[in-house]
Amino acid sequence: MTAKALLSIVNLHKSFGGVAATKQVSLDIVKGEIHAIIGPNGAGKTTLVSQLAGVLLPDSGRILFQGNDITRMPAHRRPHLGIARSFQITSIILDMTVLENVLLAVQAKAGHSYRFWANSGDDASLVEPAMASLEQVGLQNQAMQMAGPLSHGEHRQLEMAMVLATNPVLILLDEPTAGMGQEDSTRMVRTLQALKGSRTIILVEHDMNTVFTLADRITVLVEGQVIATADPDAIRSNPRVRQAYLGEELDSIPSEPHAEDSMTKSPPAC
Amino acid sequence: MSLPTLTLRGFVTVLMLVALALVPQLVELTGNAFLIDLATRCVILAIAAVSLNLILGYGRMISFGHAAYLGIGAYAVGIPVYYEIYNGYLHILVAMAVSAVFALATGLVCLRTRGVNFIMITMAFAQMVFFTFVSMEEYGGDDGLVIEVRSEFSRFINLEDATVLYYVCFASLLVVLYLVKRIVNSRFGMVIRGTRGNELRMQSLGFDTFRYKLICYVIAGTICGFAGALLGNFTNFISPEMMDWTRSGELIFMVVLGGAGSLFGPVLGVSVFLLLEEFLSGLWLYWQLVFGIFLILVVLFANGGIDSWLSGRSRRSHDS
Ligand SMILES: Nc1ncnc2c1ncn2[C@@H]1O[C@H](COP(=O)(O)OP(=O)(O)OP(=O)(O)O)[C@@H](O)[C@H]1O
Ligand SMILES: [Mg+2]
Repeated sequence: MTAKALLSIVNLHKSFGGVAATKQVSLDIVKGEIHAIIGPNGAGKTTLVSQLAGVLLPDSGRILFQGNDITRMPAHRRPHLGIARSFQITSIILDMTVLENVLLAVQAKAGHSYRFWANSGDDASLVEPAMASLEQVGLQNQAMQMAGPLSHGEHRQLEMAMVLATNPVLILLDEPTAGMGQEDSTRMVRTLQALKGSRTIILVEHDMNTVFTLADRITVLVEGQVIATADPDAIRSNPRVRQAYLGEELDSIPSEPHAEDSMTKSPPAC
Repeated sequence: MSLPTLTLRGFVTVLMLVALALVPQLVELTGNAFLIDLATRCVILAIAAVSLNLILGYGRMISFGHAAYLGIGAYAVGIPVYYEIYNGYLHILVAMAVSAVFALATGLVCLRTRGVNFIMITMAFAQMVFFTFVSMEEYGGDDGLVIEVRSEFSRFINLEDATVLYYVCFASLLVVLYLVKRIVNSRFGMVIRGTRGNELRMQSLGFDTFRYKLICYVIAGTICGFAGALLGNFTNFISPEMMDWTRSGELIFMVVLGGAGSLFGPVLGVSVFLLLEEFLSGLWLYWQLVFGIFLILVVLFANGGIDSWLSGRSRRSHDS
């Protein structure tokens, strides 16, 4: 564990039945970085994120956040330390309005909600930060609409607004651009770029352009194992990575990555 | 508040409340004393249904044991009166306290399950209370017990007067409706509704959803215990039959019929349920068959109940 690690994962192990989905994973996440986790379908990326979020308990190993062991801390307590997550499969409250979804996220951050009398929708201390988060992702005009009927891209944006509204230290993003169209995913990349430096982000992502545009460091996961952790250039030229996973896909990545119009989408993975 | 925005739903709500407020005057005009009995029962069951709606409608916790609280509340009047303790404030305090403790104890277990298991286990706990009272020979066991004297409050609130009893129940309903309205729009209520929509999401936002649901469950049980104390006073009689599982089932029907998750829906549901029951039973010997079919149709097709039908209408007229 390095001195400046915000999050340390030590020998984490998790298997489902006989199948090991996380194999002795050790990883340090540095404060302020965008750390991408890539790997083929079924590599164990979501399983790893779920353990960090506390939804799954590891079989062995430890997770340290700001030096404290949170391995067995219940999921609902981690957000209060500043850990927020988004889901690979959109997870929002469909039968509430867009604003209400984000209000709940602000409310979660504001401490306990054992307040039974005052109308929460009139509460400026909730509504203002919620609207600010919606503006950050570009959903402010849909605030009063029901969340259910919105488009897939808007659902993903709402999911991101909920993450941002909790004002997190560490953000766990499981494929934030999954299934998005070109325009929406460009916007999402811009939103994330704006966060760079001020938040620490673990980004699980299939789209290599997004990864190489955003990531400070990249970890490659294959069959539950970390096969490399390095900066983007080193990952691009790592022979083991090329062999195990990236292959030709990497050749199409420009070495000066950012040009938005060159972004091509790989098919969404589920 | 402003008149132009009065929707069909709002109109029906106001109409219903005015009609309920004028029941005693109507009785005086028509001389039909039976009407006030029907209205009193309607208003008491409406309180129970509104409390069930808090967990069932807003929290999607489908409790099949809510009638247990009606029974607990009624026995909290009946047993003290049996020992010649007539203080009404004490009756209500006991009814609500015992209901709260029962809800807390059973909620701790029930709320760890979901779906059909939750339905079954809430029903099982209610049946436990049922059989407990059946076995209490002292208080009439299976046959129940007549409450000789109604709860005493003050010289001005004499429940032996049918009109006074009715207005006490009606005022209680108004208070409970207001209370539930505040709760569902508060931060707490938002957490309950969010948990209904997506519990995993709420947990990952940082809410200990179990605790919020438990508190909601206790509030609903306590309110229904209060309704039970009114019911005991109204019927002058307590028996385990009041908390039979079929009673719990009826309460669910009333909520679903009126509109689960809408504030006023359960009041409409109870009213329609009781009126149909009266009307059909006077009409035909085999009314229960027709009524049963009606209930099945409601469950199958009343997506959102009477309330959604009213508000859907009003929305359309807004568009045009
Ligand atoms: N709840 C579960 N029960 C049993 N097996 C599971 C469970 N969750 C995941 N797995 C298995 O663990 C392995 C890793 O799955 P995981 O979802 O973490 O992969 P992933 O890297 O997120 O894949 P994708 O890119 O498709 O999202 C897979 O073999 C999967 O079948
Ligand atoms: Mg995944």
